[in-house]
Amino acid sequence: MTGFQRTIASLGGAAGLAAMVLAITDLGTSGIGLILGGILLAGVGLRHRTGVMPQARLDLAASLGGMVLLLSMLDGDMPAASWPLLIACWLVGWLAVEKSLAARDMSPTMSSIVSLAVPVFFGAWIIFVWEMLTVGLQVPTVLLPPPSMIAVRFAESTSILWADFQQTVIKAALSGYIIGCGSAFIIAILIDRVPFLQRGLLPVGNFISALPIVGIAPIMVMWFGFDWQSKAAVVVVMTFFPMLVNTVAGLQATQAMERDLLRTYASSYFQLLLKLRLPTAAPFIFNALKINSTLALIGAIVAEFFGTPIVGLGFRISTEVGRMNVDMVWAEIVVAALAGSLSYGLLSLLEKQVTFWHPSNRRKIQ
Amino acid sequence: MISALSRVFPIATVVAAIMVVWYGFTVYLNSPWQIDRYEKAGIEWQMGDLVRDTMAHDRPVLPAPHQIAIEIWKTTVEKKITSKRSLIFHGSVTLSSTLLGFAMGTILGIGLAVSIVENRAMDKSLMPWIITSQTIPILAIAPMIIVVLNAVGLSGLVPKAMISTYLSFFPVVVGMVKGLRSPDPMHIDLMRTYNSSRLHMFWKLRLPASVPFLFASMKVAIAISLVGAIVGELPTGAVAGLGARLLAGSYYGQTIQIWSALISAACMAAILVTVVSVISHVTLKRMGLRA
Repeated sequence: MTGFQRTIASLGGAAGLAAMVLAITDLGTSGIGLILGGILLAGVGLRHRTGVMPQARLDLAASLGGMVLLLSMLDGDMPAASWPLLIACWLVGWLAVEKSLAARDMSPTMSSIVSLAVPVFFGAWIIFVWEMLTVGLQVPTVLLPPPSMIAVRFAESTSILWADFQQTVIKAALSGYIIGCGSAFIIAILIDRVPFLQRGLLPVGNFISALPIVGIAPIMVMWFGFDWQSKAAVVVVMTFFPMLVNTVAGLQATQAMERDLLRTYASSYFQLLLKLRLPTAAPFIFNALKINSTLALIGAIVAEFFGTPIVGLGFRISTEVGRMNVDMVWAEIVVAALAGSLSYGLLSLLEKQVTFWHPSNRRKIQ
Repeated sequence: MISALSRVFPIATVVAAIMVVWYGFTVYLNSPWQIDRYEKAGIEWQMGDLVRDTMAHDRPVLPAPHQIAIEIWKTTVEKKITSKRSLIFHGSVTLSSTLLGFAMGTILGIGLAVSIVENRAMDKSLMPWIITSQTIPILAIAPMIIVVLNAVGLSGLVPKAMISTYLSFFPVVVGMVKGLRSPDPMHIDLMRTYNSSRLHMFWKLRLPASVPFLFASMKVAIAISLVGAIVGELPTGAVAGLGARLLAGSYYGQTIQIWSALISAACMAAILVTVVSVISHVTLKRMGLRA
């Protein structure tokens, strides 16, 4: 065990002890469960001093056990001892993560399971702490609703959420994304043939990509009306320049050697483009596609603040905020986050398939 | 001299072409309304009249560049700075929350990057979520954050700056993590032969090596934090700031006002990025790096 791990373990054990002592002195409200939980975590945290059973599994089990115990007694009037117990669970869970990451003799499958499980565990912890704090400290739901309340609202209003998803994500964001990225891609290939335009358009394009383009939303709403077409137009403008700049940069990324080789094969312009330059540009293009997937959602939702039919993520967010239905707003945020993360994930998968040759995707030699 | 000219000339040509297309669209988009008016008034009109009149609307579909320039001149130079109609007043409101958000985002980003590089558990558990955090369209929910924070009595600069912070910490984290990991294994080995501690390694090797990466990220971060500040101003009931000018303009159909706010935001973005570039250039030069 490293010094750092020992520190976390001792702190976790101390927090467990504190929970136990608090629970005993305040037996009337705490009950026997908290005392046992405190004893368990104190024991697990402080066992490194004796050196028995050093496995990370035990730390993980103790942390999860503490979480279940805390969840089972969750209400607006938590006994004081539950807060040190929460801290003890967190520290012992961290210890489990530290230990399992430091383990040297792991099979490749085991280590890939660990590297997948660690962020999932962390995410679960964030949601758990969120739930604990909002319910336990009775945070007003207007300020921050607990995750359970958001989940219930999400499950209750799937039909509304689905309609909003279709309006904003499928109609506005996706169509704008395809038009914007597609046209930028074609124009980038055309520009690439004219060095003069390249030198002129690249700095201008770079400049425009740094601008607050969302600001054109009110203008587009005036030009194209309230329905999804105006939102798609905003998305087209927002996604166009990142794609243009990245594609042009990607097309220039080939090396003289490689081009010379293809020239010695007497390859035509299109052969050079398809066999060498576009594959070389692929990482740049995917980079732009990923940036744009988030930008497209932002553009479509923000444009809805400037006028919209009575459906859509942005519309729902702004009206439900006005009615202080914050749980509904969070349900919409979940939809947007899922849409954003899913599209990002799909693009990453596609990128791995297309650019399997790229150094960042090669399997690492152990 | 010739190289500078060959750099500037293509850019100038492209900008000039954009201007020409813009003027063309001004005439094209504003002419239906203008022709309608001619016919109602029964005026005989020539092409020259049409071109002149389409560029002189109060609320054009698309204002001509010179109309925007005049509006910007009027609302910056000819208005008192304290006036509610002064763009300098609105710009400074936006600028202050941009800078506050940028500073907080940079500090947060550096802190996260250091903990990610120094601790493996942090790396494994935080990094995927930091990437996920940016797939959430935060700009889109910015108004909610503002309204909710207003409801608990937190208003003014801080909520807007928080949105800028959320947007700007990400490029800093990514760049700094890359930078802190950039030292050559040879250099790290050399430090090891000196028996240097982790702290020493950090101060003397990792941190200096990360500075170029930090500045590259800060350029992205400051532009994006301006966007955050502008969107953050939309829901505050159009009180102050460039975002408020945009919203007020769209409510009252004041297209020239919208465009002038947009152009000033663009200029502000350009200036901010340039300032960061200059600071980066000077710093890197003093550190003995080629900038």
